[in-house]
This record gives sequence, structure tokens and C-alpha cells, in this order.
Amino acid sequence: MEISNLQKKLNEGKFVITSEIGPGKGTNLEFLKEAEIIKDKVDAINVTDLQSSVMRLGSLCVCHLLIDMGIEPIFQITCRDRNRLALQSDLLSAYVLGIRNVLCLTGDHPILGDHPEAKPVFDLDSVSLLKVASMLMEGKDMKGNALDGKVEFFLGAVVSPCYEPIDLQIIKMEKKIEQGARFFQTQAIYDLKKFEEFMKRVEKYKVPVLGGIVLLKSAGMAKYMNENVAGVSVPDRYIEMMAKAKKEEKVKVSLEIGAELIKGMKDMCNGIHIMPLGWDKYVPDLLYLSGLI
Amino acid sequence: MIYSELKPFEEILKSLKEKSVFFILCSGCAEVVRVSDDKSVEEIENKLKENQKVITGKIKIDFLCSKNLIARKLSRHIDKLSKSSSILVFSCGIGVQCVSKIVDIPAYPATNTIYFGGFQGLWPGEERCDECGTCYLGITGGICPITFCTKQLINGPCGGTNKGKCEIDPNKDCGWVLIYEKLKNIEKLEILKDYKEPRNYKLIEVSSKLRKKIFYDIDKNEEF
Repeated sequence: MEISNLQKKLNEGKFVITSEIGPGKGTNLEFLKEAEIIKDKVDAINVTDLQSSVMRLGSLCVCHLLIDMGIEPIFQITCRDRNRLALQSDLLSAYVLGIRNVLCLTGDHPILGDHPEAKPVFDLDSVSLLKVASMLMEGKDMKGNALDGKVEFFLGAVVSPCYEPIDLQIIKMEKKIEQGARFFQTQAIYDLKKFEEFMKRVEKYKVPVLGGIVLLKSAGMAKYMNENVAGVSVPDRYIEMMAKAKKEEKVKVSLEIGAELIKGMKDMCNGIHIMPLGWDKYVPDLLYLSGLI
Repeated sequence: MIYSELKPFEEILKSLKEKSVFFILCSGCAEVVRVSDDKSVEEIENKLKENQKVITGKIKIDFLCSKNLIARKLSRHIDKLSKSSSILVFSCGIGVQCVSKIVDIPAYPATNTIYFGGFQGLWPGEERCDECGTCYLGITGGICPITFCTKQLINGPCGGTNKGKCEIDPNKDCGWVLIYEKLKNIEKLEILKDYKEPRNYKLIEVSSKLRKKIFYDIDKNEEF
């Protein structure tokens, strides 16, 4: 039985579109407008969990607000800030608040954020978090104690198809599947050849993969990502295209690159996951250019 | 002085997938608390033989935390080592790491290191032992995931590894990439597929009884 639309659509073999929003730093809910813009164009929206290790409004609360807006959320939960008690408790809370899709991640190190002195928790990791969530679904906590009322989740995880060494990613992906991951969203893809090779290797697991899309905002951003973001390599061709584009043409060129990538990966995977990083307003255009709407 | 306890025999047997085993014992600080006393080592030896393992040799080295010393001492046992498909190490976590660095034969810890009280060994290298009480070195090619991974992850790397380096510092090696390379080198990559249960943090709280015992041992030894 399917417990979310995301799961239902993937089970039916339909091509799925997800996107994401990042809660702001404070109580201003202006950012929810971004979700409103893409609401009817996507199947579900991820809510990031203190993305980049910056203290912000929480993912659990915003997922709940999305449900009120008629949007299906994907609750991102990381192991950076909570120990095993808090993680299990938040998973129970998520279920009670109507959240059904949960994406389990390790999380960035706090040193990278705005509270670099914070104690890094990492009591569980993405793999053990999936196992714990699977146990809650069986009506038990991780110690095997019975729950008075269990949870039902569609569990997901992440994978980085252009990571080196790739074997290490695939081994971890396999462990995530063994512990309950039923769908994957990937790191941003710019190298379709590498992505295709990766998809061929993981095909045997029969677990849906949504290819990650991040729109390039400038040549500088692409160069920065190549240098600093794990598993991301933007080809020179795209960097040149962005560098050559006049200021008023940047968005157009960026969307063309995005559409080229989406068209290229459409037949390789089960859906796409768009990380707009503030460019939510261009997501409908991107989907149109890609032939998806 | 270092307090370790022997891993349960079943765990040692499970980790030793190889047929032949070479024993290396540290007789530095570890000996003071009789971790690797002859009787318990002999017991393990016999039980392993009962389980069709071949013991190819057994040596004691004063301080297994000294890689120079290990290299020198082991060079006299090349014959036996070349006939060994695994090494069982009786020492603190640092000793296991040092042996793994020197020899390309899978090395497994026979003990869990619980407590470094008082004086410690020579320890001249970059290896660190966190006294976690759950020695993982047997499943990580002798590279400690607790001290080499910034997030102390035990089920593989996070997604932050960039060009083999840690997400927090481009000059810091990713512990899991090191583990991967070592395991690949000794043809043990399949170990990475095993799921590891979350760590038991209860073990880092050492009982006052144990603390007393360790200092008692030091005092007693210093009288000689």
C-alpha cells in the first residue's frame, strides 16, 4: 500500500519531479511563497534541515506548513544536531504531523556553518538512521521497545553519482537500501556520461533514483562548485556558456543548460530533483523548456 | 597504562576470515595490566586451532606504537609472515593501526581499548586511539574511523568528501577514502558492506573501580 503520492507515482513508473525549499533564518515565512510558485508543477517538495549547518527555522515545522498549503513535503532529517533519542522522537512527531516522505542524511559538519564551535553530534549516521526509522515503522524503537502507535514512512536517502571513488558511494547506497531506503535523490549532475555509467551500475537494485539539478547562476558559481562541492564537476563547456552570456541573458542560458541536462537524463532515471537555491520562480520555465509540462 | 579487554572470542573468530594467523603482542604499557598475558593468549590460540585456523607464529614487541620498532622486529619473521593471511594484534588501538600501516596483511584487533590511564607508550605517530571500547580496526583496514573521520562515522563516508579530502579542511585526508584504499589494497573491500550498529557510548564511562585498579597496578609495578 502506498502511503504518499510520491511513492504512488514512483510505483506506477511515472516520471517524478521534486524540488526543495530552505527555511529562512528567523520566523519570517516569506520563503513559503517560493513553494507556492512551484506547488502545482512538482510532486513533492523537500524541506532542508538547517542547510549548510546554519541555524534556521526547522524542517519539521515547515513540512507541516506545506501540508497546510496542500503540498506534499519530503522531510529532510540529518544526524548532525540530534542524538538517537531526539531523532526517534522527531520521526514520531513528523508522522503525527502528517509527514510521510522522509529523507535521511548524515548532514554537513557544524564547522561549515554559522555556529562552528557547536558540538558535532553524529550519534547515528544516514544508514543507522534509516534502520531506526524502519524499526519505528515496525512499531518498535531502536532498542526494541514497543511503541504505542507506529509510524508509516516512505524512506529516502541521497547518493552522489559523480563522487570519487564511486565504489565507496555504491557500497553505501547498497547499505542504505538494505536498511530501508526506497528512493534516492542525487547530488547535482552536470556530467551525463558519468551519471549514465552510475545508473547502469545501480540498476540492479531496482530503487528509483531522482537526478539532481542545480541551475548555474554564473560562471563563478560553477567554478566555485567544481573546487569546493563534493561530487560536482561542471564541464568547461557550460562554464564558457555562462561566462559568454550577457547579463540579461544569464537566466536564459542557465535554463537552457538545465533543460539540456533534464532532457539528457530523463530516460536514465525515474525523476528529477531540482534544487533551485532561490531561483524557484524559474522552475516552471525550466520544466517547460525540458518538455515536462 | 592502558586497560583493554579481550574481545569476545566469537567476534575475533568472525573477523578472522582467513585460514592462517600470525600473533603480534605488545609488551609495552599493555602488559602492565596483563591484557595479553600468556594464559589468555594461549586460550585464544587453542580455540582458533579448534576452529581449523593455523597459527603461523607469535611475537612480542615492546612498544607496538613505534612503527620503526615493528618494521625492525617483523623483518626477522618475514618467512612466517609470508605464510600468514592475517595478523591478530594484542595491543591498544594505536598498536593495531601501526601494524596495519607497516604490513599489507589484514590485521585484526584482539582487544577493545577502554582506558589510557597515567603513562602512555612511545606513540610517535599520527595514529590516535579514542578509547571507544568497541575497536573497529578489524573492519577498517587498521585505520580508525573514530579518530580519522571528522564525524566519527562507522558505516562509510558522508557525501562531503572532495577530491579525497574532508569537507572541513581541504588539507585533511578523508578517513574513509584512506580506509577504502587500504581495504582495496588488501582485497578486503567486501567488509565495507557490513552494517555497523550505532556505537555504544556507555563504554566511554570507565568505572571508578577500574580507574583505581589501574593506578594500583602502576604503584605496584613501580615498587619493583
